Amino acid sequence: MNNQSQVDTPPVPVAADPNAAYVRIANVTKRFGDFAAVDDVSLDIRRGEIFCLLGGSGSGKTTLLRMLAGFESPTSGTIHIDGEDMSAVPPYERPVNMMFQSYALFPHMSVEKNVAFGLEQEGVARGEIKRQVAEILDIVKMGSFGARKPHQLSGGQRQRVALARALVKRPKLLLLDEPLAALDKKLREHTQFELISIQQRLGVTFIVVTHDQEEAMTLGTRLGVMNHGRIAQVGSPSDIYESPANRFVADFIGSVNMFEGQVCEGSGDCLRIASAELGCTVRAERARASAAGATVWTAIRPEKINISRRPPATAPAAAPENLVRGTVREIAYMGDMSIYLVQIDSGKMLRVTLPNMTRGRDRPLTREESVWLSWHGTSPVVLTE
Amino acid sequence: MVAGIPILWLLVLFLIPFLIVFRISLSEVRLAIPPYTPLFTWHNGSPLLQLHWSSYAFLFTDSLYVSSYLYSLKVAAVSTLCCLLIGYPMAYAIARAAPASRSVLLMLIVLPFWTSFLLRVYAWIGLLKNNGVVNNVLLWLGVIHHPLVLLQTDFAVYIGIVYSYLPFMILPLYANLEKHDGALLEAAADLGARPMRAFLRITLPQSIAGILAGSLLVFIPAVGEYVIPTLLGRPDQLMIGRVLSDEFFENRDWPVASAVAILVLLLLVIPIMWFQRLERRELEAK
Amino acid sequence: MSSRGLFSRCALILGLVFLYLPILSMIIFSFNNSRLVTVWDAAHSPTLKWYVALAGNEPVLRAAWLSIRIALVASTGAVILGTLAGVALARFGAFRGRLLLAGMTTAPIVMPEVITGLSLLLLFVALQQLIGWPHGVGAVTITLSHITFCMAYVTVVVQSRLAGMDVSLEEAAMDLGARPGRVFVRITLPLILPAIASGWLLAFTLSWDDLVITQFVAGPASSTLPMVIFSKVRFGVTPDINALATILVSIVATGIAASTVWMRYQQRRRERDVLLAAAANL
Repeated sequence: MNNQSQVDTPPVPVAADPNAAYVRIANVTKRFGDFAAVDDVSLDIRRGEIFCLLGGSGSGKTTLLRMLAGFESPTSGTIHIDGEDMSAVPPYERPVNMMFQSYALFPHMSVEKNVAFGLEQEGVARGEIKRQVAEILDIVKMGSFGARKPHQLSGGQRQRVALARALVKRPKLLLLDEPLAALDKKLREHTQFELISIQQRLGVTFIVVTHDQEEAMTLGTRLGVMNHGRIAQVGSPSDIYESPANRFVADFIGSVNMFEGQVCEGSGDCLRIASAELGCTVRAERARASAAGATVWTAIRPEKINISRRPPATAPAAAPENLVRGTVREIAYMGDMSIYLVQIDSGKMLRVTLPNMTRGRDRPLTREESVWLSWHGTSPVVLTE
Repeated sequence: MVAGIPILWLLVLFLIPFLIVFRISLSEVRLAIPPYTPLFTWHNGSPLLQLHWSSYAFLFTDSLYVSSYLYSLKVAAVSTLCCLLIGYPMAYAIARAAPASRSVLLMLIVLPFWTSFLLRVYAWIGLLKNNGVVNNVLLWLGVIHHPLVLLQTDFAVYIGIVYSYLPFMILPLYANLEKHDGALLEAAADLGARPMRAFLRITLPQSIAGILAGSLLVFIPAVGEYVIPTLLGRPDQLMIGRVLSDEFFENRDWPVASAVAILVLLLLVIPIMWFQRLERRELEAK
Repeated sequence: MSSRGLFSRCALILGLVFLYLPILSMIIFSFNNSRLVTVWDAAHSPTLKWYVALAGNEPVLRAAWLSIRIALVASTGAVILGTLAGVALARFGAFRGRLLLAGMTTAPIVMPEVITGLSLLLLFVALQQLIGWPHGVGAVTITLSHITFCMAYVTVVVQSRLAGMDVSLEEAAMDLGARPGRVFVRITLPLILPAIASGWLLAFTLSWDDLVITQFVAGPASSTLPMVIFSKVRFGVTPDINALATILVSIVATGIAASTVWMRYQQRRRERDVLLAAAANL
């Protein structure tokens, strides 16, 4: 179905089979009237991993999260957590806790009481509650803030308390709804790594919902990209980036140059595609066999394209492959890299990024310069949908 | 369960009574306890439904009642308009005031409401009488030479209604105006619109919901007002609230009083439903 | 300041003058020695004699006491029913009878009082015939009537507050293991308490001040304060009414001023806390 090359990431400090489905979402659909917010989604989430649901607004990711928490019921399909069917289980009886996007800290209670709330519902003894609360507050580095009220805390502090409150019961599953959305950039980076370290320390399975690709790629051990209520692709961050399964994922994650073309030769270990849009033949080495004449799309990432003033020496003179000529139209200098918009003969614009490897580059590329664009045979991704 | 208790209470004590009023409007007055004819009589052993439409016929044909209805609608409409013309600028001023002053201003607007309604209307008697404060001041200033007849006039009723219902007009208007985005007016000014233009084209249309809510909140109860016309109004032209009360207490004619009530309800059912829809939309939009 | 701003500010000031003129005149004339209510007897005023007369006015005091007792019971009843209705409308989504409840809680707010009063009295009469209760009209029927029309106001206040409250707070509580009942008691209720309190005050004022409905459902034995005032006013204005009005206004003004001051103080403290937290940073 997808080109899924499974790269299993191991850091899971629990004994059981790391590949077993801890959370099994089977053919779950959620309709609101005629509108299907979640459309026949099936997912397996492994114990101890950080799984990121990535998608734009309206993709269904938040609805799916709420179904896991128990605030919405699937119209059809089932959800199993650690083998238990959650269909009839209300949110207050699920072994699931959630960190809300707005943090949802109880404004009339202190930090300590907020965190203790969940334990109180279980009937845990007073002394034991105090101990556990103190422990979790230390883990999130909010140990000395116990008596404060939420309005006396900054945004980042409130986020930690919300995290502590959701973790104190050591739930089987922790759901995080856009956990870093409200934080500023510097804080976000810092918190991302802290979240990972806390997760590894406690071994809780995380499911994170986010619209931010960077966040998903940093946090997630595996990602699920959602589009219009369906799963577009599931895989590790590098799988998703380097081997997108369809045009949506290729386009959604990062930037990409996409071309339509026809397969001329589909045998052996590589595919040859003739693309009028691109104005050359594409030789794709890591592609599945396809029937000759089939329409496909070729996706090439900007950083995988070489840009030079002369054609590369190894290029055959006649019928060049993976080589195209163009004119530099725009240059955006980003500090660590530069983005070049190059217009090729067909009129289409290619996006090429180059790291600024040397300081004060002599004879840097300028606008309206004529250049040659080339790429390695392993770079193109061939997509059929 | 949670919803059940209030629903039950209101069904019994609010909705069903209207049915009873309707049922009694279909009886005839009788010297008995209760003072109206029963719904069913027995005729050769089987029940016979007795409906008398005479009360309604009476109301439609007697010009006194027809004019009362029309007068009530007129007074309510004029008062609502005056309330709007006075209340809108006030609400606007409060919405544009500094946030710190707003709560104080609102408190000032609402404070009279918390004191006795009856007493405040009564105070206007003292102000509008022939030897009342207003006349005394005007006479003293030399503006007039004979006291103006201000009490027991339509004018006094308008003042009374506007005075009593002004907070009901201001609060919904303020709630609406407060939500307006000031940036819109700034954008309009930036694009060259003069303040009056910006007001008419941007602020006013956005405040329609508030205007409607406030107006209905004043108009509907004003139609059936009793206290204000009784204390301040003309003795020769009664509003329908007074008519109803007189029929009930003075004439002891329960059927006619009930018929009056039903007709008022019919007159007001559309405004009431309109108000309910506005309220619902307001509360559910949050 | 734009000309339009000036106009509305003038309107506001004039409007406030208009609102307070009658109140001020009553206060001033409550100290007037003359029996002629609006003629200032400069020679012998100001005087407290009307206040003294009021203190000894038995019917007025008895009526006031009755009004207070009825208002206390009615406002409490209205708050309980109104809160239930408000919670149902704000949190229960669609349920059978929702439209009916929504309609029945907005109609009493605008319904002319003569109609409500008449319908309630006829209900009590019909009930008496049917089941023998209530035995005539009086304090009980007045209280029941007041609860009925006051609860609508409480419903609107509570529903409005709940609609504006973040639902995720209640969801978070459920997520942490609290059943719906617990969620209501430990999370929702404390947060809507100010709304309930103002609903209670609103109901108290409406009940205490009500004339028309009370006139219909009161009997010869029970006279509430508004009824006493109304009959006094209809048959000739007496100056001790001014004294009564002044006392009422003072009580209300003090109450409102005190609560406003207290709320501003709370608000300032909160703002200071928020600033401190932001300054301290992470």
